[in-house]
This record gives sequence, C-alpha cells and structure tokens, in this order.
Amino acid sequence: MPKLNSDQTVHIEKLLLKGARILDSAHKLDETADILIQKDTIQEISSIPSDTFKGTVLDCAGLVVAPGFCDMHVHLREPGREDKETIETGCAAAAAGGFTAVACMPNTKPPLDNRSLIEFVQERAEYLLTDVHPVAAITKGLKGEELTEMGELAEAGAVAFSDDGRPVFDSDQFRRALEYAGMFNRPIIEHSEELSLAEGGHMNEGFVSTQLGLKGIPPISEDIAVARNVLIAEYVGKPVHIAHVSTAGSVRIIREAKSRGVPVTAETCPHYLIFTDEMVKTFDPNKYKMNPPLRTEADRLALLDGLKDGTIDAIATDHAPHTIDDKDCEFDVAAFGIIGLETSIGSVLSHLVQNGKFKLPKIIELMSVNPRKILGLDPIEIKAGARANLTVFDPKAEWTVDPTQFKSKGRNTPFDGETFTGKAVAVLNKGMVYLGR
Amino acid sequence: MQLQSRHLLGLENVTRDDITLILDTAVSFKRVLERPIPKVPTLRGKTVVNLFFEPSTRTRISFELAEKRLSADSVNFSASSSSLKKGETFKDTARNIESMMIDFVVIRHSSPGAAHYLANNVKASIINAGDGAHEHPTQALLDLMTLRENRESLKGLKVVIVGDIEHSRVARSNIYGLLTMGAEVGVCGPSTLLPREVERLGATIYPHIEDAIAEADVLNILRIQLERQGKGLFPSIREYRNLFGVTRERVERAHKPLTIMHPGPMNRGVEIDSDVADSDASVILQQVTNGVAVRMAILYLLAGGKAMAEGEEHA
Repeated sequence: MPKLNSDQTVHIEKLLLKGARILDSAHKLDETADILIQKDTIQEISSIPSDTFKGTVLDCAGLVVAPGFCDMHVHLREPGREDKETIETGCAAAAAGGFTAVACMPNTKPPLDNRSLIEFVQERAEYLLTDVHPVAAITKGLKGEELTEMGELAEAGAVAFSDDGRPVFDSDQFRRALEYAGMFNRPIIEHSEELSLAEGGHMNEGFVSTQLGLKGIPPISEDIAVARNVLIAEYVGKPVHIAHVSTAGSVRIIREAKSRGVPVTAETCPHYLIFTDEMVKTFDPNKYKMNPPLRTEADRLALLDGLKDGTIDAIATDHAPHTIDDKDCEFDVAAFGIIGLETSIGSVLSHLVQNGKFKLPKIIELMSVNPRKILGLDPIEIKAGARANLTVFDPKAEWTVDPTQFKSKGRNTPFDGETFTGKAVAVLNKGMVYLGR
Repeated sequence: MQLQSRHLLGLENVTRDDITLILDTAVSFKRVLERPIPKVPTLRGKTVVNLFFEPSTRTRISFELAEKRLSADSVNFSASSSSLKKGETFKDTARNIESMMIDFVVIRHSSPGAAHYLANNVKASIINAGDGAHEHPTQALLDLMTLRENRESLKGLKVVIVGDIEHSRVARSNIYGLLTMGAEVGVCGPSTLLPREVERLGATIYPHIEDAIAEADVLNILRIQLERQGKGLFPSIREYRNLFGVTRERVERAHKPLTIMHPGPMNRGVEIDSDVADSDASVILQQVTNGVAVRMAILYLLAGGKAMAEGEEHA
C-alpha cells in the first residue's frame, strides 16, 4: 500500500486506525480502540501495537471514527451544468468534507427521469470513493405532469423521488406519486413550497425584507405545503420526507404529525441553524441567497428544538454550486443556493457541538444514521467483518474556510473566512481511503 | 465638519448630525441658485456619471442641474434594464465605469442593493438615486429640507405618508430620515400595500385617510402605480381614490394647518386632487427646487467639502 499522503485517495492494503474514539450511535458504541482494515473490510477492533504492525498506520489519537456520513441532499449539476459542478468534483468535495455518501437531486439538464440517466450517474461515480445515490424525478422532465417510470428507476438504483427545486404543485398528482413510489418502498422527498405565495420572492418575508425593499417569500408558503404533504402522507400511509425545513411552522406541523404516527421525516441545513435573514442586509447573494431563504431568529431556534426532540431527522446541505457570474450580481438577479459539502461538518461541530448544545452521538445520528435509514441504505456497523465505511473527524481542530481551496467548483458559501473548530480528517469507503489536508 | 461616509447609499444609518450638515449646506446652495448666474466652480475637474437603469425624468434632471451648477463634468448613461435583459452584466458596467476614472456615480436601478453593490466594487463615491423599493435618500433629504423651510421644527412634527408604502423607496427613506430628525411618522394606505411589520420601522399605521388627516401636520402623498390595480393589491383606481384620495373635502376637515407634499409625478384626480395639489398648503414645487440644492450639497460634501460658516457664501 502506498504511503498515506494528505489530499490523496489510495487503495487500502492494510491500514491501522490507531487510538481512535469509535462512536456509533446506532449501536450505542463509544470506545477507544485500534481498527485494523484490510482492503474494504474491518478485520479487527482491539489493541494492536503499531511498532510490530506491517502496514500503514493513521494516528487517530483525539480523533473520532464514526459510520460514514451521508449528505442526503446535494446538487451535482451533471449532466448539463458541468461548469458549476461535476460528479467527480462534487464527490471530491464530499470526501474532503467527510462524507462517504451523497444523494444527488435530479434537477440536472436533462433531469434524471429515466433509467439511462440514473445509470449514467452511477457509472460516473463507479470508481470514486463516494457512494452516489441518485434521486430520480417524480414527474417526467420535472414538469409536474406525468409520473416517471418509478418501478424501473427504483430497480436501476434511485433511492428516492423528488422534483426538488420545485414542488409537485398539483395535490392529486402528489397523492398518486406517494402511492406509486410506496410500492417500491421509496420515499418522496418534497421541496415544500406553495408557489402562489412564494413566487417572485428573493428572501424571507418579514421585518428585514420590509427594511430592504426586497420581495419576500413568506414562511407560510412553506408551512402550507408541509401541512398538505403531511396530510396526504397520512391519508395514503406512504412516507414523505420534507426537504430543507426552514420555518418554525413546519417544525410544529411535522412534530404534530409524528406524534400521530404519520410516516414523515425531515431534514434541515446548517445555514438555517446558524444564520438569519439579518444577514441579507449585506446584499450578498453569493453568501445569503438560497431557497428556502434564511428565516428569523424564532425560526432558527425552533429548528434547533426540532433537531433536539427528533422532529427533524437529518442535517443535509442542499449543496448548490453556481458559477461566479450567477452569484456576483444584483441580489434579485442572482441564482438561489449555496454550497455546503466542505463546510458541513465544520459548521455543525462549531455551532452545534462546541457550545454544548448537541453531543457527538446525536450529530452522528443526524448526519449518518438517519439519512441512511430514510434513504433505505444498508446500516453501517463498526465491527470485525463489516465493510469499512467510515468518517474520521477531529472535533477540536481549528481551521479557516478558504473557498479557493475547495474541491467543489462552487465558491458560494456563507462561511468564507470563518474559523471553525472541528474538521473532517479522512473518509474510508469501497476499499479506499482519502486523507484530507 | 465633514460627512462620515464617502457614499450616500441610504438614510437608514445616517446620523442626525450628518443629515443636519447636508440640510444646512443645501440652504447655502439654494442661495447660489437664486443668483443671476447660478453657478459655482466648486467641483470643477470632477466627473460624475448619471447611471440610470430605470426611466426617470425629474431625478435625473435634478442631478444633472446640480452637477452643472457645481461646474462638474457629467455624462449620462441610460439603459432600459440590467443583466435581466441579456445585455451587459451589472458587474461589467461597474468595471467599465471604474476604468474611466470617475469621481461620482449617481445610480438609479430596479434592484434593492444595487448602490451597495457599486460601492463595494468601484472606487468612486456612490449616490443612490433609488434602488428598487429600498431607498431614495436624496428625495427624503429634499423633503426634510422643504419641511424645515415650512414648519418651525422637525422635532415632534407628525408626517403621514400616504399610498403604496410596500413598493416605495421614498417611503422608506422618509421614515428613516424623519425618525432620525425627531419627527413622528405615520403610514396610510391599503393593507395590501403596507409592508410586513412596517410598524417596527417606527411608523404608526392609519387605516383611514380621515384619521390620518385629522392627526397629521404633513401629508406626503405617494404616486400610486396605475399598473398595480387588478393584480390583487387593490380592486380599482376608482376604489383607491374613494378610500385614500386626498381631496379638498377631506383636507378641509383637518384639525391643524396641513402641509401637502408629493414626490411626483402626480396622478391628479387619483391620489391627489388638483385643488389640493395647487393649494396654498402645497409645497410640491418647492420640493423640486430644493431637490437641486440638496443634491448640490451632497455632491459637495461627498467630495470632501466642509460645513460653511454662518453667512459664508460659495464663491
């Protein structure tokens, strides 16, 4: 096995993760031990002296080894907008950010609405460390008219269905989509937005939009759509996953639905947990324009409560790379979306864990265990004989975000220049290891 | 005393001292305008670009006159719209201006924040002549100047802004400026045209024009955009006039002497009747005159000019 250099992906022959804190919330595991990995499999977890060990040693003292993190909501832009991101650069960003798996949204050009496109995505990712799980379109061409051939798409490897970027506007169509996708045990991931209220808006509607004179997107445009989606999921008894929850109202509705046993799950994103619409006063769309928009402090606090009590199941990034030209312009002309793969772990550890609000096992649940469960992916176990699908991170390391160093083609991040405490160190998957910078 | 900023992007964060300095300086420039030859060499050699991405007649002419009275070299750039129409991007326009060694850019643009964007991207001093529904600081300053001329004090003065507050940059800048100067501000208009949480800006809401007129010292009546009717915001111009039109009949029921303002251009017979607009209570044309003086003062002060001593005249 070649030497383990930083910022390189190598195939594993024999690798010893020495002195790691192994944390696996699904299996209530929290112990410090050495992990011996051979090719793609964990051979042994015990105390293994490194001086007599014949193989590569990664000193993991002070580091956490967790089941591989999964970002269940990313935009890889390929095919169609390779100037914004490709599957290769997106996966490199995922690895650098500590993710071994991503679920990519189908709003590419053309959209992922047939078998050959699902296969195209999978082929592109075949030899990469990152598992790329395509989400297929709910409707052909994302037009909201005809259902895609979900049976074939599921068989080809689509893990869920979504018309992300747009909601399924027609309630009957949405009902049929849930019923139909349910036959294949695939959830619908719904971008919940009532367009008649939201269209033409550029930021949260509230006091700040009043100050700035920018057209607002009212929080009720999300709440109403979430309520509809939850009601339909309850009626047909099929699972719906609410994408990028941003409002206190959504949290309330989802909490109530869960308490009655409705099959609903939900994700939110680091930026909704950290920033509010006050940031839009900078008029910087490269950092602060996304959909749904940054909301108020009350929404932010409600989302944190929702994470805490299990109303929100997962943290995803909605990684949305854009070119500089799409972002360095007037606020109401700029594209929606920010990137997140390379800042997710750092921002979450800094803003959620460092201040004592959340413990590491909960973070692993939100960023690895639950997203995999929602997408129906095999659970990861850290034990002898299991496949090595691992994220290694340093909860204490300080580093400063420099977008020019990103693997992603996107530079549109609100964290530019911020110093984080907590950093992804390495990822292991498919018999490969990537050691970060 | 000098201004704290080299740009005038809005009034939200401009201090009482700076507003007072601008208004005092404008008074001395108004005297220049009253001379037989109303021109001073103050900005000789300075170059101003009037960058108008939205149609404007009076604001552009007012700025042009202010620039000419100060002997600045000025050029106009009018474009129908920005990058939305697949023309040159706003960024490239900004860069081109930067390359032409310009001292001032006066910008009117449909996007809120456009003036901020320029200020962050070019070295010239930026004057916001209206950015979408965000701010129009020179209009608010000329309104303040006009009020100072007609009323004893701004402090405690009750000004009610009437009309489409939601889409109005004039309303926002006036609210900021008036509150900073110690006035009280009310807003009056259809609920559909009041922005969310407007009262948190410090303005009182008057649902009925009659109540506004009963309590106000000043009405600042906004132009109602005729194209907004029938889009769910209000049913018709007719009903707007019935509910919010400032008519002689309504004005006659005022409890106190009322000052009537309008930033123009007026829709006579809609938001304001001719016998109100042309009455003795109206200061609408004075606003226009003061517009030139205020803009001269701003250009002078942003160029680094200092406060004039009492009685001092511009050479």
